Amino acid sequence: MSKKEWPLWEVFIRSKQGLNHKHVGSLRAADSTMAIENARDVYTRRSEGISIWVIESNNVFANDSSESDALFEPADSKIYRHPTFYDVPDGISHM
Amino acid sequence: MEKQKALYEYVLRLADDSLILGHRVSEWCGHGPILEEDIALTNLALDLIGQATSLLNYAGELEGKGRDGDALAFLRYEREYKNLLLVEQMNGDFGKTIMRQFLFDAFRKPLFEKLQHSTDQHLAAIAEKSLKETKYHLKHTSEWVIRLGDGTEESHIRIQESLDALWKYTNEIFYKDDVDSVLIAENIIPSSEEIKAEWTKTVNDVLEQATLTIPSNNWIQEGGRKGFHTEALGYLLAEMQYMQRAYPNMTW
Repeated sequence: MSKKEWPLWEVFIRSKQGLNHKHVGSLRAADSTMAIENARDVYTRRSEGISIWVIESNNVFANDSSESDALFEPADSKIYRHPTFYDVPDGISHM
Repeated sequence: MEKQKALYEYVLRLADDSLILGHRVSEWCGHGPILEEDIALTNLALDLIGQATSLLNYAGELEGKGRDGDALAFLRYEREYKNLLLVEQMNGDFGKTIMRQFLFDAFRKPLFEKLQHSTDQHLAAIAEKSLKETKYHLKHTSEWVIRLGDGTEESHIRIQESLDALWKYTNEIFYKDDVDSVLIAENIIPSSEEIKAEWTKTVNDVLEQATLTIPSNNWIQEGGRKGFHTEALGYLLAEMQYMQRAYPNMTW
């Protein structure tokens, strides 16, 4: 009997009011159909969502964390990229 | 047989199928082969026990002797349980649990589809709610039967053995007596022939995809609907009823 592990899947759930799918965790499953069924059982049993996406974890590519300085720090000094220099007229809410 | 008594008996049969199978599946809690399936089986058990609660409470009303769902669930003797022999069978390995569930779901889905149009409003409402759960159960167990049957050499051998072991209990699914005749005449329940045709189609389709073979041995065993059970039920009831027997009327 082989002891090979099933592939890992990342699970994304969209809630009833949500506009986008959000990463909620990961699980193991033999294929995409079972991954969706497992996601249903593991991540939606308290009515967390109405739509499920799964993607095999080895298809997710991440940045190299050792390059974080070069990737992200340059943005820290560019405060003018935030639209915070405008005066919001009275009466405009939710800005 | 008068209608009310027939309906009580029929609802009790449906309820006991859900209750006993729900208890069996709940035995997997904490023992599933993988975390994901452990949760899936527990969800499934809870669905079945929820169905049993609605059905047993309704049966209690129909009986009119002041027994509620809890009394019916925990304070009857073995011979008073009317579940199919199929559902009381031991869990065995994961494949056997899945096969038992699949053979049952393939029957429950078409049954609830028909029962949601029952002339009995209460039964129709329970069927409508339970159907949504049962559709998922059947989908999940079908997927597993196909994967285990058409999987590795070992999984194929083992689930074929489960099918061989359980097949003799499947004929009882379509057991029919006075209870059914009275209710069919009143359009409260569908005919067992209608359900059997759908069950056969589902089972043939899935087993074919799973490359499994229906046993040619046509020895059948039945008795559950009349209260005659296999040795498996007594042990289950002993565990399930222990608290109420040892501490009558206890709640938490």
